[in-house]
Amino acid sequence: MHSEHKPLLSVRNLKTYFFQDEGTVKAVDGATFDVYPGKTLGVVGESGCGKSVTAQSILRIVDQPGRIVEGEIVLCCAKGTDVELTKLHPNSKEIRAIRGTEIGLVFQEPMTSFSPVHTVGNQIIEAIRLHCGISEREARAKAIETLRQVGIPKPERRIDEYAFELSGGLRQRAMIAVALSCDPRLLIADEPTTALDVTTQAQILDLLRRMQEQRGMAIMLITHNLGVIAEMADDVVVMYLGRVVEQGPVDAIFHSPKHPYTKALLRSIPSIESTPRVELPTISGSIPHPYNRPSGCPFFPRCPECIPGTCDTAEPTPIAVSEEQSVSCFLYPS
Amino acid sequence: MIAYIVRRLILALLTTWAITVLSFIIIQLPPGDYVTSYIASMSASGVGVTEAEAQALRIQYGLDQPIYIQYLKWMGLIAQGNFGMAIEWGRPVLDVIGDRLTLTVVISVAAIVFTWALALPIGIYSAVKRYSIGDYIATFIGFIGLAIPGFMLALIVMYVGFKYFNANVGGLFSAEMADAPWSWAKFVDMLKHLPIVAIVLGIGGTAQMIRIMRSNLLDELRKPYVMTARARGLPETRVILKYPVRVALNPFISTLGYLFPYVVSGSIIVSMVLSLPTVGPLLLKALIAQDLFLAGTIVLMLGVMTVIGTFISDLLLMWVDPRIRLGKQ
Repeated sequence: MHSEHKPLLSVRNLKTYFFQDEGTVKAVDGATFDVYPGKTLGVVGESGCGKSVTAQSILRIVDQPGRIVEGEIVLCCAKGTDVELTKLHPNSKEIRAIRGTEIGLVFQEPMTSFSPVHTVGNQIIEAIRLHCGISEREARAKAIETLRQVGIPKPERRIDEYAFELSGGLRQRAMIAVALSCDPRLLIADEPTTALDVTTQAQILDLLRRMQEQRGMAIMLITHNLGVIAEMADDVVVMYLGRVVEQGPVDAIFHSPKHPYTKALLRSIPSIESTPRVELPTISGSIPHPYNRPSGCPFFPRCPECIPGTCDTAEPTPIAVSEEQSVSCFLYPS
Repeated sequence: MIAYIVRRLILALLTTWAITVLSFIIIQLPPGDYVTSYIASMSASGVGVTEAEAQALRIQYGLDQPIYIQYLKWMGLIAQGNFGMAIEWGRPVLDVIGDRLTLTVVISVAAIVFTWALALPIGIYSAVKRYSIGDYIATFIGFIGLAIPGFMLALIVMYVGFKYFNANVGGLFSAEMADAPWSWAKFVDMLKHLPIVAIVLGIGGTAQMIRIMRSNLLDELRKPYVMTARARGLPETRVILKYPVRVALNPFISTLGYLFPYVVSGSIIVSMVLSLPTVGPLLLKALIAQDLFLAGTIVLMLGVMTVIGTFISDLLLMWVDPRIRLGKQ
């Protein structure tokens, strides 16, 4: 499907580790995926599987003591040149020019994502002036226009309000406005709807889709909510313990999941057709402690289809099961 | 917003009244009165005081009346802008205090400015470069500064100044300027003496401030708004200074109010060692002599200044923090 396109962002074997006194946390441990222009990539997985750290690695804003130890992240810039993001210094001019203009970021918690002592407008105008080099007045006009585009009523008044004066939904819209203010070609949305109530969630997802249509940007949507993925994504990456265990087009992932983890995730969604008063299947066990990862396939201790002697000793590598779908599992011979 | 200011103002007035009652009670608490300590000092120098003379003294100073009458009389005097007589000195209290209060404010402000000027940048550095060599060095020196008693440091500074620079670093003025009337030359003389005094008085608080700034900022650095600021492409220095540092400074503004009395009461011994013309040593002497009006007035003035300081810091906080200004969390 995408073979004729060049990916906008391509992540290869990314490893981001956190070096702490107690041990090393391998938050991202060999993630590989591509984001295509104008498409939405859904990244799904349980809490702590490295989704957010992957996003932070792409922007090079991983907090200390985290560090990218291996892999490459190639961004195809607007000018047509390829930039290897892992080669840049995290505080270099090059990466700072990419943040905001090429890649925008929306966080889960819109309340704490805004400074409590600066107005919303202050933070949008700041970004616009930094990247576009236009006057305060022009930047303000552009900020108001962006706020209007994301559906904030009376933007010329809202611009001078503080984040805590806005409702949860408006706050997240304002956050999206900040991320879109410099027209990025890739929007990374890290759990953008998790902190919102259900009706607001739907509105925000709608907004993201509309912005994508208008601007033709790519979205990397990080979530643990498979419903959001089904609604939004073109392609899906399933992560477990810092690795991509399965990826493919959204239809393939939902209709013919291959990896036992993906299957288990899909089984644990409540459905309107399921029999009432029957316990919802859950994934047995829990995520291993980050200092104590299992050897072999990371999922084998919880896997119902585990092959003893194979899964607990060797690490599976991605295997193409169709033209577009690949899975890292020994159940599928290469 | 107006309601907030009015509420603070009413609270400030109530607090001031409570301070007058409390300071009066506290000064009355030790057994005996001024006459007792007068008799003690007279008999120590070999002069006896008869019971009749003592009684006459008590009547003269109004010490024979019940406490609440004494309090009301004192309040009456204050209402007229007269703070009574400093019994031991035989002069009006305001005369005795003279410009000591102003000088105390000058010295305290200098000490606080020194403390902040040193502590805030070091605290910011320590937080941003946590667990770096620089952080450890700052922490180590800070703790040494905290551990050295102020009077000890004062003595060392005086000794070093005298021995190696042949300079008398004590006092706030040169000998020939001490009793001169205020003039430009005297002001310049004071400015020359001020830095050492400020350093000696401020060094203890600096270590504490470094720790507070460091931990405040570490809390803020973890907040998502720092990461979103970075994700907008701002340079790191601007990210740190504009957002988390700004928020981490708020607690400092709220402590402005009681920093002043803290410096005054914490510096009595240092002030005596350095023979500074502040109210600290005067207060100590008045308390020893049980000089009711002098001690009461000084405690009252310090209390009122605390209240004013707190009121100002409340207004400042309202100005810098929209969460307070707009009355929301």
